[in-house]
Amino acid sequence: MSTTAPAASETGLTTAPVRLEIQNLRIELASSGEDVVDEVSFTVRAGELLGLVGESGSGKTTVALALLGHARRGLAIAGGRINLDGEDLLSLRPAQLRAVRGAKVAYVPQDPSAALNPTLRIGLQLREALNCHPGAVEDVEARTVEVLQDARLDVNSGILKRYPHQLSGGQQQRVALAMAFACRPSLIVLDEPTTGLDVSTQRHVLETVRALCRSYGVAAVYVSHDLAVVGGLVSDVAVMYAGRIIELGSTQQVFNFPIHPYTRGLLEAVPSPDRSEVLTGMKGQPPRPGRRPKGCSFAPRCSYAVERCSIESPAPLHATGRLVRCLRASELGAGALAARGTPVPVSLTVSEPILQLNELSASYGRHAVLHDVNLQVAPESCTAIVGESGSGKTTLARCIVGLHANWRGQMSFEASPLARGMRGRQIELLKRIQYIFQNPYTSLNPRKTVSQIISQPLEHFERQLTTREREVRIARVLADVSLGSAFLHRFPDQLSGGERQRVAIARALVVEPDLLVCDEVTSALDVSVQAVIVELLRRLQHEHRLAMIFITHNLALVRSIAQTAVVLCEGRVVEAGPVEEILEHPSDEYTIRLIKDVPKLTPGAKEP
Amino acid sequence: MQWLATLKAAVRTPRGAVGLGLTGFVVLLAVIGPHVEPYSPTNFVTIPFSTPSAQDLLGGDTLGRDVLSRVLDGGWVLLIMAVAATAFGVIVGGAAGISAAYLRGKIDGIIMRTVDVVLAFPSLVFALMLVSIIGPKLWLIVLAVGFAHAPAVARVLRSATLDISERDYVKAVELQGVKPAKVMRSEILPNLISPLMVETGLRLTYSIVLMAGLNFLGFGQPPPAANWGFMIQENRIGLSSNPWAVVVPAALIALLTIGTNTFTDAIARVAIGVDRRPEEAALIDELVAREAA
Repeated sequence: MSTTAPAASETGLTTAPVRLEIQNLRIELASSGEDVVDEVSFTVRAGELLGLVGESGSGKTTVALALLGHARRGLAIAGGRINLDGEDLLSLRPAQLRAVRGAKVAYVPQDPSAALNPTLRIGLQLREALNCHPGAVEDVEARTVEVLQDARLDVNSGILKRYPHQLSGGQQQRVALAMAFACRPSLIVLDEPTTGLDVSTQRHVLETVRALCRSYGVAAVYVSHDLAVVGGLVSDVAVMYAGRIIELGSTQQVFNFPIHPYTRGLLEAVPSPDRSEVLTGMKGQPPRPGRRPKGCSFAPRCSYAVERCSIESPAPLHATGRLVRCLRASELGAGALAARGTPVPVSLTVSEPILQLNELSASYGRHAVLHDVNLQVAPESCTAIVGESGSGKTTLARCIVGLHANWRGQMSFEASPLARGMRGRQIELLKRIQYIFQNPYTSLNPRKTVSQIISQPLEHFERQLTTREREVRIARVLADVSLGSAFLHRFPDQLSGGERQRVAIARALVVEPDLLVCDEVTSALDVSVQAVIVELLRRLQHEHRLAMIFITHNLALVRSIAQTAVVLCEGRVVEAGPVEEILEHPSDEYTIRLIKDVPKLTPGAKEP
Repeated sequence: MQWLATLKAAVRTPRGAVGLGLTGFVVLLAVIGPHVEPYSPTNFVTIPFSTPSAQDLLGGDTLGRDVLSRVLDGGWVLLIMAVAATAFGVIVGGAAGISAAYLRGKIDGIIMRTVDVVLAFPSLVFALMLVSIIGPKLWLIVLAVGFAHAPAVARVLRSATLDISERDYVKAVELQGVKPAKVMRSEILPNLISPLMVETGLRLTYSIVLMAGLNFLGFGQPPPAANWGFMIQENRIGLSSNPWAVVVPAALIALLTIGTNTFTDAIARVAIGVDRRPEEAALIDELVAREAA
């Protein structure tokens, strides 16, 4: 099959040499020989970035690691070629491969705080990266300074003498970038390098990556589940599903006129700060290696699937400037992403607030985190609290539910004052305010079944219920969160991230609360799953007539779910009001910057 | 059941199979022994330190008793005492460690400083001190050995609990106002099964060594009774005439400790984290299933 990304020929401008060429890469489970990744082919030219996108479990990180000649434990690279500047990485002996890694192929990990050695100064770590490839660089000191400047770090600030923990997350990621670019590699592999960063920091880091690739003619592969980030950054994009590339082409083409139903689904799940609409997520989850259905792997989740799809395995086709792996590609055509979605019905009712905060200030020890926060939550409505990490939004949530007791000011629930900590609150009150944690991977007890997890609050709050009544309530709430009774006896590690978060929601809803506090409930989830969860919360909030506090760092999500919003910056409320007004006519500088820095699905929007 | 699954997985590893085999062999010998011994272990049937013969397969001991009969008879009390001491130590130490970590504050301080004081004594010296004050009673030896283990168990479980009690699922239950005792029992304890199993195995090994040591020093069952630890002590003067009277009980104690330790090691290796990410879990499950098949 042809392996050239069609984008290059299309613009007719790119004549840069091909740096990386992958042909029919196949990675298997070492024990059984079942494919984890198969038939993956693409090329990247010097100075270009290719985005590798897909849900978790799609095989994108596996491919990324293979570019360094590495396979995770239990996996084996079984076939194909990875040509870097004409040399096949897979034919190298381990010692040769080690010489290539770092010098010709560099890797930027997801979490820089875990990748940098906390006991070594930055200068030493950078020199180490250079010194392990003797001969690669003549003047190590000069290069160290140069790469730090390239990564837009101030060398005169004494950064070389600092330890990683003395740097911010953004600075740490820049150091990781500097290390990767230190030996002037041909290829750089970036594994979701901005996931843990704030939108503003994220934008700056991404700009640095793009500039560095351009100026040094480096080919880059950028792995991400965040399509909005990829959209503004890369020139070509490869969408992966179940270990195969299902659509490959220029970002402009693929994001504006997606063909494959999966790509369409992913794009429709991305929230936008410009429109308020019902998000459509995708049901189900990618099949595991060895459990893939016959025919097209996506067929069971595909709304366009016909009978043929579950029999015939689609071969990659050339269609309107891209490769696409779908049997119905020609019929589906490249429809522009429909002026999407149903707008969210907005109803603002003015009534007595169910929760009211006056001049609330909170601190950890002597360190003040929140300053004079005022907040009102109307019954049966959703208020979003928006802010970057460190803005105090999680502390605010913890004060409201009673996990954090060190605060001053007034907080009242239905006009009666709330005690500081949960120990001082009536059991009835604990029941009426429920909290959903950020990370569903840690909020469910791994030793308990779903049924035990959901029945626990019932056993505690509503002891009068008989076993039978409890079962009815559990079944009803499971149906509410779209999980069947088949889930009752599963353990959390048998569930996907989205399913776990549904269980967490069910646990909060089963006691029929009046106020639901959701703390970044989608930040640990894929975009497609995020859309489903946000929709679920919106529907449940409406059906159960709940008041809801939705905490997020993602401004784009706010519009889909909330009626009013509060923007927090360094522990202070900088803006509050109806969502429409804040997003369309922001008055505070911080809000304006926050809105500007949200990555948007505007492919090809590049600065010179 | 999680702990059963872990045990089964441990047995399936080569390390676990060897460990269980060794332990099983010695335990079987100690349990069946008293019913199959050829002579009474306290009767004088041969010449002191006589070499092995057709009548006395392992020869005679310091007083001319049959070594084989004494070996077969001398294990079960040691085993029962070691198990009882381990159980006592793990329960007391575990309860102390979990409460210290979960309740924090003053209680943590009091428990852990007590632990520090007890830890300052070598466990054998500590047990000897108690036994020499109160006298060589079997129940006291069990309590003394168990109590000597408690601090180490408390340390390990405290650090494990510190981690778990910060998890969100514990916070979720606390938010309902559930009482601390119940949180510890139903949320934290089930997540401590792996360290508990490893710690129990490890402490069992130490208990056996400590018990045998105390017996060797003469604090144990009073003399005519057979006991592996004390056999080494009473027969060592005849080591050159009939080495079997020392070597066999010593070897059995060694095999038993090596067996329990190896098996514990297998459990520790099997009991890797439970909160794996689903894709990873799927991969590992797949691999494990295939290896088993």
